[in-house]
Amino acid sequence: MLSLRNLTIDFGTGQDRVQAVKGINLSIGAGETVALVGESGSGKSVTGMALTRLLPEPPAVYAKGEILFEGQDVLKMGTEELRKLRGGKIAYVFQEPSTSLNPVFTIRNQIAEAIRLHRPEVNDIDSEVVHYLDMVGIVDPAKRISDYPHQLSGGMQQRVMIAMALACQPQLLVADEPTTALDVTVQAQILDQMRELKKRLKMAMLLITHNFGIIGGIADRVVVMFRGDIVEEGTTEEVLRNPQHAYTKALIGCIPQLGQRRKRLVTIDHSILG
Amino acid sequence: MKWLDQIWVQNLCLLAGYGLLARLVVWGLRSERWQTAWKHLRRDKLGLVSLCVIGLYLVVGTLESIVLPSASGSVTLLQRLTAGIPQEKSYSAPLATTALSVADPKPLLGRHVLGTDALGRDTLVQTLRATRSALWIGGLTSLIYIPLGVLLGLMAGYYRRWVDDAVQYVYSTVAAVPEILMLVAILMVLGKGLGSMAIALGITGWVGMARLIRGETLRQVERPYIAAAKALGQSDWRILTRHLLPNVMHLVLIKFVLGFSGLVLAEAVLSYLGVGAPVGTASWGTMIDASRSELSREPLVWWNLTASSCALFLMVLALNLFGDSLQRAFDPKRGA
Amino acid sequence: MLAYLIRRLFFFVPIVFGVMLLTFVLFFVVQSPEATARRVLGQKATPKSVENWLHNRGYDKPLLINTTPGQPWHDSLFVTQLGRLVTFDLGTSDVSGRPLREIFAQGALPSLLLTVPAFLVSLAVSVALALYLVFIRNAAVDFMATFLCVALMSVPVMVYVIFGQFVVAQVLNYFPAFGFEASGWSAPKFLLLPVALMVVSGLGADVRLFRALFLEEMGQDYIRTARAKGVSKARVLLSHVFKNGLINLITLVVASLPFLIMGSLLLENFFGIPGLGNVLVTAIQAPDFAVVQASVFLGSLMYLGGLLLTDLCYAWADPRIRLG
Repeated sequence: MLSLRNLTIDFGTGQDRVQAVKGINLSIGAGETVALVGESGSGKSVTGMALTRLLPEPPAVYAKGEILFEGQDVLKMGTEELRKLRGGKIAYVFQEPSTSLNPVFTIRNQIAEAIRLHRPEVNDIDSEVVHYLDMVGIVDPAKRISDYPHQLSGGMQQRVMIAMALACQPQLLVADEPTTALDVTVQAQILDQMRELKKRLKMAMLLITHNFGIIGGIADRVVVMFRGDIVEEGTTEEVLRNPQHAYTKALIGCIPQLGQRRKRLVTIDHSILG
Repeated sequence: MKWLDQIWVQNLCLLAGYGLLARLVVWGLRSERWQTAWKHLRRDKLGLVSLCVIGLYLVVGTLESIVLPSASGSVTLLQRLTAGIPQEKSYSAPLATTALSVADPKPLLGRHVLGTDALGRDTLVQTLRATRSALWIGGLTSLIYIPLGVLLGLMAGYYRRWVDDAVQYVYSTVAAVPEILMLVAILMVLGKGLGSMAIALGITGWVGMARLIRGETLRQVERPYIAAAKALGQSDWRILTRHLLPNVMHLVLIKFVLGFSGLVLAEAVLSYLGVGAPVGTASWGTMIDASRSELSREPLVWWNLTASSCALFLMVLALNLFGDSLQRAFDPKRGA
Repeated sequence: MLAYLIRRLFFFVPIVFGVMLLTFVLFFVVQSPEATARRVLGQKATPKSVENWLHNRGYDKPLLINTTPGQPWHDSLFVTQLGRLVTFDLGTSDVSGRPLREIFAQGALPSLLLTVPAFLVSLAVSVALALYLVFIRNAAVDFMATFLCVALMSVPVMVYVIFGQFVVAQVLNYFPAFGFEASGWSAPKFLLLPVALMVVSGLGADVRLFRALFLEEMGQDYIRTARAKGVSKARVLLSHVFKNGLINLITLVVASLPFLIMGSLLLENFFGIPGLGNVLVTAIQAPDFAVVQASVFLGSLMYLGGLLLTDLCYAWADPRIRLG
């Protein structure tokens, strides 16, 4: 369904040019969930944003390669085609729900905007909004729809974000660190919710995270990124059980495990990795 | 104040001003943040050009500020340098050879690049001489409002509690009076003059500086280095001057440059309103005021108004552009 | 909301008192009443006429507290001045002896006719231009636009006025260059050019400020969300950026009030519009200290009123404050 070929993304021009993504190849099949793992600055979020050309240009420059979505190159799409792709076929959930929702519009407003844009055939928008809020596990959704984002808790806000993404019935959901900003208990709830939704809706998902601990049970495949390059790729089971690259091993070493005491926190020594 | 008219007092003031500026630059050169900013600034062509323009104004203003003894009391260096330009009887157009009079076009004593004014003085020389008022107002006012604003802002941000409440109360009160009304009121009571103008502008001007520094200090106080300094038992005064002040100094510099342009403009507006520069002191504001009726003369006299307006505009523009460049240089991420 | 309003009003009481104290110190301590009398009376001042002048205005009372035996302690200059200002008894002009209330009431209408349209038009124009600049977002255009803005704001107001009047009224002969009639439909004819000049003179600073504001809004996370939803660029700007930016803009607008006052001061004087600005300029030349003192007081009341109004608008427009 989606494949990246030799995708290279730069930031800035001339002397200040920095290569954020260095010619990566990646593909996601229909209904498949891929976890893109790496630390901050590894280029994983940039890759996620690039899928629909969300990165602000300038400074971002799509230097080389192509992004094929159902056979069409996203980088060659016109404004209107891109607009239909965003949200309609590829939807996003971002890291910080408290700032990712517009503070001056109600929940109804923000979800309805998405539905109106991509599903003009829907007549009763309000009940559609309620339907999706219910789907992501918001209690008493009919009452909540006229709330403003600041009236909801962080976990609720993230559920609203997910509902907003699902409301357009996308083929691919890009979840960029969806639980990082949340409390641990809320994290678990949101992850459960996503697991369930994934089974129910059968859409593809790209889960971008720095945390190997959350991908179990969701991701079919894992792709590890380091400094703009893909260093390891494989099924989740394979990679978790038998990581090949030193960086992957270090990342997996960072997962805190219950009932296991560590003498010191594992830190990643970049000098060894080169 | 007779002693202010003494030649050596005026020259000493000038020297002290430059000394202070040099001290600031020397201090800045040692700061790492200022060094990086300089590296950014060196690549900013517009910023460098405006810095050069400001430099030119400084040279002209300094020439007019150096006072030399002469037969008739005192004379400025600029006056002595331009003494060769003859004075005409009345108006004459730029580069004209005869006086601006249809009835009696007498030949002029010399040529004037920008013509002459109603009293027959060379317009270019008058415009250049007016630089002094602008620079002195900017300099003197900065000497009043910067220390006041920085000190109060630092104290409000550092001590908080009642000190903060008191400082905020005072500046809310001063800010509640629309600036131009406040300036007019103060100047009416104090009378015309560069000194009273500096005092009036200083009284209204410190508010913005205090607000800015207070805000930044509130942020800086949260940083660990202040807690560390406190833990080491350093005195409040030392923390304020050695730790907090250097970390807000770049904001002071930016505000100083941008504020300078505001002061130059204010000087012109106040002089135009008739409460600013005293009679006999060349100022762009008084020149604009004096020449506004010349536009309805026949034949039209445009050069006095144009010269003074352009000189004023160019200086304010250079200061604004340089201030913006400084802002970008110190904070490259935020600059547009 | 009501509690908020009351709290703000209480916050203003000490500030109004501070302004009164400030003007009192300036006009009665820094310059003694005798000095005022001598400057107002000018060359014809004799010791007798100065004394009369002071007595007629009650300026011969003790400064802060009356300590003369047999007289009430509050029969002092400060207390009576305070009492008069609290009851909005502004006193009379030093020069003509007319009640100041009358003078100010007469000048209010022309001033409002000038400043209110100028304020609204310039706000609309600057916001539209700023949004447009954010929309095109092109390096070369940005550079030119910011340069132009800085250039526009570097021109002194009086230069705008003088050149504007010269070019439009004298050379092109479009509008009456001078004068004012408030009656009927002739007012717009006289106000069009001053209003236009006021809008142009404030344009540079406003566009620059609003552009920065909208650009900052563009960098927010929820704008990324809107774009990721497939909202078009124009709609992102006109709906998401505009509404959020406008809320922040409300607090900035009050900052342009003093600028408005200065603009109207110079414009009224130059165009011969008999408004409050003209009253002040005439008072400066007279000199009429009573008028200047009252202007300071009324000006700050107006400013505080504007501040209160923006606070209310802000609280009403932002759901985070409105709904707590």
